[in-house]
Amino acid sequence: MKKLLIRRLLAAVVVLLLASVLVFALSRMSGDPRHLFLSEYTTDEQWEQWGRDFGLDKPYYEQYFRWLSGAVLLDFDISVKEQIPATTVVLRKIPNTLQLAAGAYVFALLVGIPLGILSSILRGTFLDLFARGFALLGQAMPGFWLGIMLILILAVRLGWLPAGGKDDLRSLILPSITLGWFAAAALLRLTRSAMLEILDSEFVKLARAKGASQMTVIIKHAFRNAIIVPLTFAGVFLSALLTGAVVTETVFGWPGLGRLALQSVFGTDFPVISAIVMFATAGYLGMNLLVDILYGVLDPRIRQS
Amino acid sequence: MATNTDTTLDTVNAPRVVREGGNPSQVVWRVLRRYPILPAFIVAVLIIAAVFAPWLARHDPLVGKLRDQDRPPIWQESSPISGKEPLWEYPLGTDPLGRDMLSRIIWGARYSMLIASVVLISGAIGGTILGLIAGYFGGIYDEILMRMVDLTLGVPFILVALATVVVFGSSMVLIIALLILFSWSGFARQVRAETLRLKASDYVALAVVAGASARRIISKHVLPGVVNTVLVIASLNIGQLILTEATLSFLGVGIPKPRPAWGSMVAEGRDYIDTSYWMALFPGLAIFAVVFAMNFLGDWIRDRLDPRLRQL
Repeated sequence: MKKLLIRRLLAAVVVLLLASVLVFALSRMSGDPRHLFLSEYTTDEQWEQWGRDFGLDKPYYEQYFRWLSGAVLLDFDISVKEQIPATTVVLRKIPNTLQLAAGAYVFALLVGIPLGILSSILRGTFLDLFARGFALLGQAMPGFWLGIMLILILAVRLGWLPAGGKDDLRSLILPSITLGWFAAAALLRLTRSAMLEILDSEFVKLARAKGASQMTVIIKHAFRNAIIVPLTFAGVFLSALLTGAVVTETVFGWPGLGRLALQSVFGTDFPVISAIVMFATAGYLGMNLLVDILYGVLDPRIRQS
Repeated sequence: MATNTDTTLDTVNAPRVVREGGNPSQVVWRVLRRYPILPAFIVAVLIIAAVFAPWLARHDPLVGKLRDQDRPPIWQESSPISGKEPLWEYPLGTDPLGRDMLSRIIWGARYSMLIASVVLISGAIGGTILGLIAGYFGGIYDEILMRMVDLTLGVPFILVALATVVVFGSSMVLIIALLILFSWSGFARQVRAETLRLKASDYVALAVVAGASARRIISKHVLPGVVNTVLVIASLNIGQLILTEATLSFLGVGIPKPRPAWGSMVAEGRDYIDTSYWMALFPGLAIFAVVFAMNFLGDWIRDRLDPRLRQL
């Protein structure tokens, strides 16, 4: 187990390095950073001075190592737009996106798990059909379109909820549903198939043979073994989070990481883009490691291997 | 899962006895349950629209008549904002530039299908070759491939795609290349796993003993064993691919304008959502229906060809 984790950790570092090369290459391909920071009234001397100060006159590999040594210390240079460190710009937005992600995951749990369990127990009934229909439809729904349709129906037509922005908890509802819809559908499918497999296993049959009630079997025997599903899925969810956040935050004008990312891309604010990509990649890798560890804690069989 | 000895659980989905006869509605229901009629129909409509777009669309998808802007769909009495009446010429209404929604949706199918098929075929071939090499030769090849796979999974694709398009400018070739970079890794990972399994089989060992070259073993003994897997992954991925392309188009970095793409049509319609809902509704419905049909067919094909992949 320990050996495996060290191997995984090393692999994660390699992937982070690859990502950093990718990001650096993209930012340099967009042109000399001086074009972004200096205006057209800059004199040649100032231009040269900047080059010397920031090492832009050096070959690319030296520039890369300079950039990387900053990035390791979470220094991604100054944001072009805000003129403060890019890391600060990004960190300020993270709580908003996490809030949205939490809302979305709660929605996904509240919908996906109960429906998944019910549809596995009541397999073949109308409710099962409905739940599976929801899962199939949910996974096919484009997030941006779902968000717009929710705005159209619940905000514009019925006027129940705000159409966008971020003020009170009510404004969190529609973005959470939009971001969590896909996750709810996926969670439903995963829970259903895990439950079906467990309900069909020998130890559940034994419990039934011993005369355990349906409720006991489901809660004490089946669900306790299916609990690993939402946990594993949290990793998948977080890895897809940024993509979903870009879309959801754009549609609802939510002031989070996703909208910042989109604005930075269109404003070619590469320090901020690099920071977001590196943070997101590190977050994904860290999350996966964490899930691996938790797996080992929850499932003794994995610890052995 | 459900076996014949199983008598206590799962009476509903116990091995299905083929029941013949019954009244017509029962027969229809049975056929509907067994074969994906509706999804197949949607895909058929999509393919016909994509192939025959120039003949099916009544209007130029790029040129509108300003006189006809903001026409509502035919079942609506008038547009709430301009008060314009619907015309049979524009069954689904028109967009803010007076272009026919239906014609644009039909042409959008063409671009969607074009991109999806090119990306899927290239991604499948590339991913399969890399997966075969990594799985068969192992060692450093395997290490490099798996880290590349991790990279494509770990890096936020949308963001990298956005940045790349902003740097290099929007074009069809670039968007296709980006989507290929995004789609090959699923194939590579699964093909690698299958290759490892097949490599350990007796018939491959016998082929090695018989002196067959690595190339021959891979192409004659391993490749045929992974074809089903590749087909299943392709059919499962196509829906996701269409969604991703639509998302990029929605964000303004997908299929370059003014070409009609469903995603960018939704983005254009978004600004008129409080008055002219049809501009965002119909292109979104098209995406939704197509992705739904593709996902459904993908599941069906997987259950037919390779139920072991159910975890995917």
